[in-house]
Amino acid sequence: MPASITGLFAEPWALTLLKVIAVFVVVMPMVAYSVVAERRISAWIQDRVGPNRVGIPFTNIKLLGLGQPLADGLKALVKEDFTPGHVRKVFFWMAPAVAMVPSFVVLAVVPFGSMLGSQKMVIADLNVGILFTFGIVSLGVYGVVLAGYASNSKYSFLGGIRSTAQMISYEIAMGLAVVPVFMLAADPTWQKGLSQSWSVYLEGAGLLNLSSVIAYQSDTLFHWLMFKQPIAFAIFLIAIFAETNRLPFDLPESETELVAGYHTEYSSMSFALFFMGEYAAMIAGSALMVVLFCGGWTLPLGDFFNTPAQSFPQGLVHIGVFIAKIAMFLVLMIWIRWMLPRFRYDQLMNIGWKRFLPLSLANIIITAIVLWVLHS
Amino acid sequence: MKVDRTELTWWERLYLPTLLNGFKVTLRHFFSWKRSEVYGDKQKNYSAKTTMQYPEEKWDVPTGYRGAPYLVKDVDDKTKCVSCQLCEFVCPPRAIRITPPGDSGVVDREGAEKMPKEFEIDMLRCIYCGYCQEVCPEEAIYLLEDYAITGESREELVYDMKKLLALGGADKRAYDHHVQDGVGDGIKKWETKTREAGEQPKFH
Repeated sequence: MPASITGLFAEPWALTLLKVIAVFVVVMPMVAYSVVAERRISAWIQDRVGPNRVGIPFTNIKLLGLGQPLADGLKALVKEDFTPGHVRKVFFWMAPAVAMVPSFVVLAVVPFGSMLGSQKMVIADLNVGILFTFGIVSLGVYGVVLAGYASNSKYSFLGGIRSTAQMISYEIAMGLAVVPVFMLAADPTWQKGLSQSWSVYLEGAGLLNLSSVIAYQSDTLFHWLMFKQPIAFAIFLIAIFAETNRLPFDLPESETELVAGYHTEYSSMSFALFFMGEYAAMIAGSALMVVLFCGGWTLPLGDFFNTPAQSFPQGLVHIGVFIAKIAMFLVLMIWIRWMLPRFRYDQLMNIGWKRFLPLSLANIIITAIVLWVLHS
Repeated sequence: MKVDRTELTWWERLYLPTLLNGFKVTLRHFFSWKRSEVYGDKQKNYSAKTTMQYPEEKWDVPTGYRGAPYLVKDVDDKTKCVSCQLCEFVCPPRAIRITPPGDSGVVDREGAEKMPKEFEIDMLRCIYCGYCQEVCPEEAIYLLEDYAITGESREELVYDMKKLLALGGADKRAYDHHVQDGVGDGIKKWETKTREAGEQPKFH
C-alpha cells in the first residue's frame, strides 16, 4: 500500500469513516433481510409459503426467495413517488428521512464487537453512551409526528398523535428500566477487579459507557443482566416493541383503523424509507437489548469469547456473535408480531403508566435496597 | 341487557397464559411443511400449507367447468363444424365470427354439406357462457378446461379455425361422456337430448 494511503488510515477520522461505512454496509442488508424474514416467518405461521421465487436475476436459480430485497428495492425505486396536493410539502418530504436517521445514529454508540487490530469496534466510544442513546431514540417520534402532521389527512394525523403519546409513555418506563442495570454495572469497586485484558480495553471508559456494561456481564451466563434483572429486561423489551411501533403496540400504524396510520399518504421510496426506518429501529433496539441485557458480543464460553480480542479472527468472531444475538431478537420481534393482537389505545396507556412505570420504580428501589444490604 | 364479564384470575390478568398460548399456536402452524391441499381436508389439517404454488401445482378442474370454447374433431379426425352459424348468432358478446364457404366450399368428411372457410373466436370477448356449446347441433364446439388464456396482443387472442381445431383436438370429451352414459355412438348429441327429454317428469 502506498505510504499516503497508509498515512490516511492513521488519521482517526478516516478510521471512523471506515467504521461508519462498514456498519452501514452491514446494517442495510440486515434491514433488507429482516423484511424478507418478516414475510417468510409470517407466511409460515399462517400456513402460507411466502416469497420464495426471486433468486439471482436473469437466471432460474431461486435461492429460497433470497433475492426478494432486490425486487422490493427496485420496485420502490421505479414506482411513482406521488405527493398529494393537500400536503405540507417541506415536512412531507422531510419526515421519512427524520424517521430513518435516528435508528442509524443509535448504532453509532453501540459496541458491535471487541477489537479489530488496534481499533475498538464502536464508532463513537462515548462515556455517556446510554444517555446519548435515549436522547436519539426519542427523536424517532419526530419522523412519525411530522409525517402525520404534514400529510394533512385524518388517518395520518391520528397515527401521529397516537405515536406521540405512546412513545412518550414508554420512553419513561424504558429509561427507568435501565437504571438498575447501571446501578449494578456502573460500580467502581467492581471495575477495579477486572482482568488485565479488560482493564486495558476499558482504559478511560466511563461508568455509563456501554462497553463497561458488557464487561460486567462477560463472566458467566448468570452475569447477563437479563437474569440478574429479569423485570428490567421484560420492561425494556416491551418498551422497545412500543418504541419501534411493532405489534402489539403498532397503534400509530394500525391498519385496521387508520388505513396505514402515519404513512398513509406516502408511496414509493418515501414509504420505503419509513419501512427501512422501522426495521433499522428494530435492529438498533435489538442491539441495545443485546448490549444491556445479553452480554453484548461476549459469550460465557471461556477467554476466547469473553475477553477483548487479541487477534483479527477473534475480533471477527465477536462481531459474528453480536450479529447472531441481534438476529435472535429480530426473530423474536417478528414472531411476536404475528402472534399477538394489537392493544386498544386505553390499554396501551394503562400498561405504560399504571403498570410499567410503578413496576420499574419498584425495581429500582428493590435493587437499591439489595445493593445497600450487600455492601454494608 | 346486562353482559356478565368473566372474572379473570390474577394469573390470567398477567397476560402470560395468553402469551404462552400464542407461542404454542404459532409454533404448531410454523412447522407445517406439507404441500398444499387446496381441495383436500384442509380445515382439519394444520400440517399443510394453504398456498397452491400455481405454475408447478395446478388445481383439479371440476367437472362441468366452462373454460375456453374450442372446436373439436370427430373420431376420424375430421372437422365436425358444418358452418350453420347458430353459435355465431347465439353468442351474446359476439365473440364468434364464421366465414361461410360460399359456392366454392369443400368438406373433409362424408355427410356434411359444408364446413366454414374461417372460424374465429375472440377470446377477449368470450364470456364463457357456453351457449355455443348448447346450441351446436353437431357437437362441434365445446367449452374445454383451459382457463389460462394469455397473449401479448389483441390480435393474438383472436383464435382462428386452425388453432381452435388444434386446441380442441379429437372429440374425446363428448365421446367419453356418451360412452359413460352408455348411450349413442359417441357422436350424436340428439340421442342424449332425446334421452334427457324422456327423463323429464310427465304431466297429464
